[in-house]
Amino acid sequence: MKSLFWKEINSFFGSLLGYLVLALFLVALGLIVWVFPESSILSYGFADLEALFSYTPYVFTFLIPALSMRSLAEERKTGTWELLRTSPLSIFQIVLMKYLALLALVFVAILPTLIYYFSVVQLGDPVGNLDHAGFFGSWIGLVMIGAVFASVGLFSSALTSQQVLAFVLGVFLCFVIYFGFSAAAELQLGDFAYWLEELSLSYHYISLSRGVIDSRDIFFLFGMIWIFLGGTIIVLRSK
Amino acid sequence: MSLEVNQLTKNYGSQKVLDEVSFLVTQGRILGFLGPNGAGKSTTMKIICGYLTSDGGAVTVLGKNALTAPKQVSSLIGYLPEHNPLYLDMYVREFLAFSGGLYGLSGNLLKQRVKEMLQKTGLEPEQHKKISQLSKGYRQRVGLARALIHDPQVIILDEPTTGLDPNQLVEIRALIREVAENKTLILSTHIMQEVEAICDDVVIINKGKILVADSLENLKSSSSEIQLVLETEEVLELEWFAPFDSVRFGTKGKSEVIISASNAGEARKEIMQLIQHRRLNLISLNQNKKNLEQIFREITR
Repeated sequence: MKSLFWKEINSFFGSLLGYLVLALFLVALGLIVWVFPESSILSYGFADLEALFSYTPYVFTFLIPALSMRSLAEERKTGTWELLRTSPLSIFQIVLMKYLALLALVFVAILPTLIYYFSVVQLGDPVGNLDHAGFFGSWIGLVMIGAVFASVGLFSSALTSQQVLAFVLGVFLCFVIYFGFSAAAELQLGDFAYWLEELSLSYHYISLSRGVIDSRDIFFLFGMIWIFLGGTIIVLRSK
Repeated sequence: MSLEVNQLTKNYGSQKVLDEVSFLVTQGRILGFLGPNGAGKSTTMKIICGYLTSDGGAVTVLGKNALTAPKQVSSLIGYLPEHNPLYLDMYVREFLAFSGGLYGLSGNLLKQRVKEMLQKTGLEPEQHKKISQLSKGYRQRVGLARALIHDPQVIILDEPTTGLDPNQLVEIRALIREVAENKTLILSTHIMQEVEAICDDVVIINKGKILVADSLENLKSSSSEIQLVLETEEVLELEWFAPFDSVRFGTKGKSEVIISASNAGEARKEIMQLIQHRRLNLISLNQNKKNLEQIFREITR
């Protein structure tokens, strides 16, 4: 089982694509947080990383499906799925290992943003003048968003054997569950709007970023992950 | 019995791909699974390996039910799928180590198995190459090495020699024979010569039905009619051979006849008596062995 996890990680870092995706992600975030005048902390003038947390989900919407699109689609296309499927690993184990590998990559991608935290702590006046709880709440929220998007990406990769299609589907699904539901909630829908809002990832993310880790938000996010991983397993079983 | 397939049935929609397929494979023997394209060979193999589900019947591998406990059985089977799928961007050694890991091997045992497999399949000089750099013959070796990495008792190879050049073909066949020692091996093919070259037993399948399941020897000798070719220095006359079922002149003119008979032993005796009686000078008396290709065509006609 472990060997599948390491194979996934190696296949990612064995190709230029992996480094490219990670580099683009960090460059995009760096530009948004430190350079672009509209969102830059330096021109904003407050020791606050709001920009990082409000823009990262947008970048994730594209980054994570790009990381996950190969995962299952390519195995099916090249026939190596048959090798995995006839090995002693169950579909659940295969999906779990692939998911954990994706999660590790997402984690590696956002780990460097902790440097921003130390930078802003140093830049504060007086030094350390920052809403620490708010930062870590948001950061955990960000990791959770990444985890949900990874399960969505894996699910869309299971639906098709075409990588590009898996990417487009992944981006679309991430977009819908993050922005779509809350955008729809703003339409005049009465009580229904409330439920839509509750379904939206951004609603729970904002709730976490207040610095309070609410179990309802955590349950919701884990629930989403299980739904998409379960969906992945069901799709793979039926094929 | 190493492997027992019993009344296996599989439908794709309304089409019956496998219709009560049954056969046995004994330990230490190589079974050739023979049939035209689309006969159901791959489907049967995929069901045995747990990749496809069946719509009825049973598969027992070393006493374990392969349909209800596919994961237990999968570590007993070494399976090489039809188009030999491989991770092309992995290195040969890395790929074998990964595959061994899937089967629960680790540490020194894994290292040792990888080394053994590289030696056995002649991949040692290529072990640090990427699989995408290898020729088709070498990729086939990698596929074989992968199928054997966990030392399975039952080996299932789906068309292992398609697309190889004649030299590679001979090498891979030799390799298959070597790895099959003391194991149970099933090999599917639509090339008859291949079966004659490596197999002990033959199962012929056509349109999802088993037509023949027998040993190669029995199959070759038990076919109803045999042909004897007699050549003498003298000119022969067909009337002399009246007691036989049918007689005709061969390609060499009137000094050669081809005699068809149902009992080879009796026919040979009678011919010898005839030669003595007519005081003929014998050049040769041959028995035409039927090759598998003829048998196959006879059966699937």
